[in-house]
Amino acid sequence: MNRYNRHIILSEIGQEGQDKISKAKVLVIGAGGLGCPVLQYLTAAGIGTLGIVDFDVVELSNLQRQVLFGTSSLGENKASAAKKRLEDLNDSISIVAYPEKLTHKNAVDLFNQYDIIVDGSDNFATRYLVNDATVITNKPLVFGSIYKFEGQVSVFNYNNGPSYRCLFPTPPEKGTVPNCSEIGVLGVLPGIIGSMQANEVLKIILGLGQPLSGKLLCYNALNNQSITLKINKSASEIETVLDKKDSFHSQDVEEICDIEIDTISITEVINQTNIQIIDVRETHETPKVDSLDVTYMPLSVLESQLDKINPEKTKAIFCQSGIRSKKAVSMLKAFEIKNCYSLIEGASEINEFCQSADKLKIK
Amino acid sequence: MLITIKYFGQIAEVTQREEESLEFSGSLISELIEYIYSKYGILKKKDFQIAQNQELVSLETKISGKEIALLPPFAGG
Repeated sequence: MNRYNRHIILSEIGQEGQDKISKAKVLVIGAGGLGCPVLQYLTAAGIGTLGIVDFDVVELSNLQRQVLFGTSSLGENKASAAKKRLEDLNDSISIVAYPEKLTHKNAVDLFNQYDIIVDGSDNFATRYLVNDATVITNKPLVFGSIYKFEGQVSVFNYNNGPSYRCLFPTPPEKGTVPNCSEIGVLGVLPGIIGSMQANEVLKIILGLGQPLSGKLLCYNALNNQSITLKINKSASEIETVLDKKDSFHSQDVEEICDIEIDTISITEVINQTNIQIIDVRETHETPKVDSLDVTYMPLSVLESQLDKINPEKTKAIFCQSGIRSKKAVSMLKAFEIKNCYSLIEGASEINEFCQSADKLKIK
Repeated sequence: MLITIKYFGQIAEVTQREEESLEFSGSLISELIEYIYSKYGILKKKDFQIAQNQELVSLETKISGKEIALLPPFAGG
C-alpha cells in the first residue's frame, strides 16, 4: 500500500499532485509551537525537501505545545531534534536541519534554495527579516502568529500579492507586544494555526483552492469566530524593501533590535577576574589595547565567532567610541548570550585609564 | 450611524470587550479613532491596523461601513 494512498485517491490531488508535493522544497523558520505542527504535517504529506531553521534548544516548558519533542529531547537543538523525530515519521524525504539563527547575512542564500518559506518564528525582528528576505528572493511566505487565544494566518508575496509590511509596515515599538514566553499561550492554539499554515503550503504546491493571499485570517479559539480581512498591496512598502536588496546581508542589526543595552565602565571591569573583555573593532583598527587580556571578535564576523565567548564570564565589550559595542551587545543578546555589557569608554580611553592605573601602582 | 467595533488581541484587553456598538456621526476613520482614543487612552500606545467592512483602510478613509475592526500585530509562535 502506498504511503500517500489517501492523497492519491483524492481526484483533486492524484498521483500528479503527490508528485508535485514530493518535488517541493519548503523551509520552516522556527521549530516551536507553530513550526512543530507545520513540520509534522508537511513531513507526513511527503514534501520532498524540508528545511528547519532554529538555534534554540528544547526546554521543559516547550512540551506543553511543541508536539514533536519529548522529555528525551530536552536540551537538544530544536532543528536537530525535530529532524530526528520527522525522519522516523517519513524516511523517504530529505530533511535538513539548520541549528543556527536566521540573520540578514544567511537569509537570502538560504531562501533561494527553497520554493516556499513558512514563518513560525516568535519575535518581530525575525518576522520582518523573513518578510523582507522573501520579498527580495520573490518566494511565497506562509505566515502564522499567535497571541494567547488568538491567531493570524496569511500568505504573503504570492503571485505578486501583498507582503507583511503591506499589513503592518513597521515593527511595533520595543516592549509593547509581549510574546508567548512572557504572557502564556493556550497549547492547542499553535496546533490549530500551524495546521492552517501547513494547509496553505499544500494548497500553493497543488494549485488547489484559494490561498490566503491578500487576506488575513484572524481566529479566536475562545469563541471559535474567525474573520478574514482583505489586505491591499502597497507598492511603496515592497519597493522600499527591494531598494535595500544589495545591502541586505550587511543590514544594521540595531534597526531591528528592540532591547535596552546595559553599559559598564572600565573602572568596574579592571582587575576583575571573572570578566571577558572583547574588542569588536575590525582587525586593522588602532590603538590596540595591549595591557588587558582582550578577545578579538570584529563586528563584521561576530556571528561566526560565538565560540570565542566564555559563557562563565561577564562580557565587557568595547570598540572605538561605544556605538558598535552596543550593537554587538544587542547581537549577542539576540543569540541569548547573557551577561553582556557595552563599555562606556572607547579603546583610547581604556588605554589612558590603564596607563594611569599602572602609574598609580608604580608609585 | 450605528457602528460595531471589533477588538482583537491586546486591543481587546485594553477595551475589556471583543466588540461594542456605538452611535457615531463623524465622517473619517481618523475621527473615529480619536473618539476611541478618548475612551481608551492606553490605545494611543498600541500598534494596530484598522479594517472597515473586512478590508484594511487608512486613517484618511471615509467611514462607509457598519463594521470596524482594530487589529494588532502578534509576534508569538
